[in-house]
Amino acid sequence: MNAAHRPDDPAETRVTGRDSGPDSQQKAVLEGPDIRRALTRIAHEILERTKGGEDVVLLGIQTRGVTLAERLAGALNEVEGRPVPWGSLDVTMYRDDLRLRPARAIRRTELPQGGIEDRVVVLVDDVLFSGRTVRAALDALNELGRPRAVQLAVLVDRGHRELPIRADYVGKNLPTSTRETVKVLLAENDGRDAVLLGPKEEK
Amino acid sequence: MSTAYVIKGARILGGDPADIVVRDGVIAEIGANVNTEGAEVVEAEGLIALPGLVDLHTHLREPGREDAETVESGTRAAAMGGYTAVHAMANTDPVADSAGVVEQVWRLGREAGYCDVQPVGAVTAGLKGERLAELGAMADSAAGVRVFSDDGHCVSDAVIMRRALEYVKAFDGVVAQHAQEPRLTEGAQMNEGEMSAALGMRGWPAVAEEAIIARDVLLAQHVGSRLHVCHVSTAGSVEIIRWAKSKGCRVTAEVTPHHLLLNDGLAASYDPIYKVNPPLRTADDVTALRHALADGTIDVVATDHAPHPVEAKETEWAVAAMGMIGLETALSVVHEAMVETGLLDWAGVAERMSLAPARIGRLSGQGRPLEAGSPANITLYDPSPRRAVDPAAMASKSRNTPYAGLELPGRVVATFLRGRATVLEGKLQ
Amino acid sequence: MKRHLISAADLTRDDALLVLDTAEELARATEGSMKKLPTLRGRTVVNLFFEDSTRTRISFEAAAKRLSADVINFSAKGSSVSKGESLKDTALTLEAMGADGVVIRHGASGAPHRLANWVKGSVVNAGDGTHEHPTQALLDAFTMRRRLGDLEGRKVTIVGDILHSRVARSNVLLLNTLGAEVTVVAPPTLLPVAIDTWPAEVSYDLDAVLPKSDVVMMLRVQHERMNASYFPTVREYSRRYGLDAERMARMADHAIVMHPGPMNRGVEIAAEVADSVRSTIVEQVANGVSARMAVLYLLLGGSEPAIGKEVSQS
Repeated sequence: MNAAHRPDDPAETRVTGRDSGPDSQQKAVLEGPDIRRALTRIAHEILERTKGGEDVVLLGIQTRGVTLAERLAGALNEVEGRPVPWGSLDVTMYRDDLRLRPARAIRRTELPQGGIEDRVVVLVDDVLFSGRTVRAALDALNELGRPRAVQLAVLVDRGHRELPIRADYVGKNLPTSTRETVKVLLAENDGRDAVLLGPKEEK
Repeated sequence: MSTAYVIKGARILGGDPADIVVRDGVIAEIGANVNTEGAEVVEAEGLIALPGLVDLHTHLREPGREDAETVESGTRAAAMGGYTAVHAMANTDPVADSAGVVEQVWRLGREAGYCDVQPVGAVTAGLKGERLAELGAMADSAAGVRVFSDDGHCVSDAVIMRRALEYVKAFDGVVAQHAQEPRLTEGAQMNEGEMSAALGMRGWPAVAEEAIIARDVLLAQHVGSRLHVCHVSTAGSVEIIRWAKSKGCRVTAEVTPHHLLLNDGLAASYDPIYKVNPPLRTADDVTALRHALADGTIDVVATDHAPHPVEAKETEWAVAAMGMIGLETALSVVHEAMVETGLLDWAGVAERMSLAPARIGRLSGQGRPLEAGSPANITLYDPSPRRAVDPAAMASKSRNTPYAGLELPGRVVATFLRGRATVLEGKLQ
Repeated sequence: MKRHLISAADLTRDDALLVLDTAEELARATEGSMKKLPTLRGRTVVNLFFEDSTRTRISFEAAAKRLSADVINFSAKGSSVSKGESLKDTALTLEAMGADGVVIRHGASGAPHRLANWVKGSVVNAGDGTHEHPTQALLDAFTMRRRLGDLEGRKVTIVGDILHSRVARSNVLLLNTLGAEVTVVAPPTLLPVAIDTWPAEVSYDLDAVLPKSDVVMMLRVQHERMNASYFPTVREYSRRYGLDAERMARMADHAIVMHPGPMNRGVEIAAEVADSVRSTIVEQVANGVSARMAVLYLLLGGSEPAIGKEVSQS
């Protein structure tokens, strides 16, 4: 099956990158420049909170989190003038909702050189919703090593948490109803940058 | 005791409607204005009247495997299928290789009363293929055996086969050969070809059948004996038999209903309901067999009714028993494969399922034409309904039919054995 | 609907690629520090082995355990086909245990197919008689892909007892699905009569095929075949169809040598070939676990299987 986008809510699985062009029902709540600004701001916050970004490792959660992690690494590099290690994390095998859907393709988990041992890991994802993806990511991290600290950066926090999880860095807080969907489009994955809010698709 | 019947409006051999009066076990009269006095009326409008069917190849399993079938249950199935006589194969336990056993089977048939049971005698003692059984004693017994067969086993030793062919001439017997070269078929599971290659099952080459038939027709020719070939299953066998007949060899041959309808593609299910000896062959073989039956190269349809208990088939293919039941579906299958396809008319069906098998088996009171004076062995068949085969509804003790759920045409409505109804309105009497 | 992996033909090209991609990610994960994944926690996998095959059983067991499945080893050896132990009764037992997946190894071709009629879980064929061994084909394809990249257009030569080989059957089907060009090489006695219906070239001449091959897969030849006159002597077989150092030297530089094991060193494969850098024999074992993890995950990980084929209930 298509494994392009894995938001928290199973109801959103139909939303896949390429074929999700804007339609009349969806409205863009963030456009390209907004996303750029949000990431730049998050980059500054990370530097502030981690005292210059020493020991920071960015781990993007597959799929769009990885793109965001790469962009954040670029932004950090621009500000600080030195590369920040970043990698990817696939949490499929750790999800608690595997039984609710057919088995899915898994994607790459790739740690940067130096790993995560004793580092400050910043998990990066596109949308924070129920918090279950982040829980799965924390479980996966547990297998990969023992970071000194784990933080969370998300482009959009749409609320409706089902677990005691909160983000350390948020691009935009977006109050939503559970009858709505939030789609993050990124140029690398989807051909353009935008965050779309729309009604939930009928199953 | 014998009731008189008037069968009204039956189409004799599928021809024009006529009334048939049955009295005292014989056909008294056939025509339009018949004497119906005191006769029970059997409405037969639209039904086809055939001479009672005769099976040259039936496994009744008794004695020995009464869990699979008994003479009683097997003959009930035969009657339901329109048969008035069956030849009971010799591979029972004990083997029907002595006068005692064949008489026992023959007597059980008489007691059951649903159809004539004509025992087949084993060719060799214990079906071992080593020395002749007491063929003469069986011929002289009350059972009056004329057909001898080691069916299930091939008489593969050429000398034994020659001797058997010669010996039975003394009492006008016939050897019915199960043609299967044993070394070429060791561990064989299914027809050797594309399907066996794909399914990883040991192949059963056509040549294993054809080589034996070729040898046997030459032997029969050499000693001037009658030879009957059981369950011909390959196009190559047909060619050999055709050639032998053209040379004047006294060979006759049978084909089973399943070899006329089914092919080896069914093995892809690995369901041993389709495991049978000889194996289901290719679609091309099926076509060749149909044409051979139509042109008379193959003389008769014989069921090779082979009942097995459920556990013998609910297994892996390799360990499952070979064989399928067929008495109750034979006429419908022949209808589907031969009549619906225009290859055979009903007179042709009568010849191949009644007259010819009775001739080969030397059964004097069976397989007679439907005419005044003939023994009243009559099958009434309704060709119109099409229905799914329901194994649970069968009279056989076993359920191993390959046609379960398959829609087949026709239905046997009544069977008369010497004027007595064994089946009426589709029900056993 | 329950789906199963009984034949390599049950896998579409997309299915097969999904298994291989998944195996790749699982291999990377487990080569790293993720030794154990929680994915199949609470699922029960039964290893039902009617034939002795410690290697295959251990491989499946490791795969299931790394995915945190509960594993029940049901060794039915001895209750072999000849003894008439009912496969159906065994199936009913498995049902009572609540098996989500049944990995079956059986001496009778088609036994997994039959089992699929009787159990609710997904059936994985771990080798049935002389029929198929689809996970072996998957691990072989996975091994080839790791060494050589995409299999499209690759020339794979399978040498040996094609007639009785479940490995050959599954490999021919899967490699064809993946776009490789397969040639089978054997003495004519060890080829099925209908070999022309297979999606493979046929040759009796190993030396003619070797230089053109990207992969040479040697099959185990059993001594009992000699007794049944499939070939005259082991020496003659080895001379005509064995892979020795001299023959190996005529292979292309990049070409690899595979063997599903267990090997007859000195018969179909010389020791120096088995131990050479071309040989993938040790990798095949490790890759087997990854490929089987992928299969188990894709069949059992979700609400319903993502690969495989349904078997009509009879």
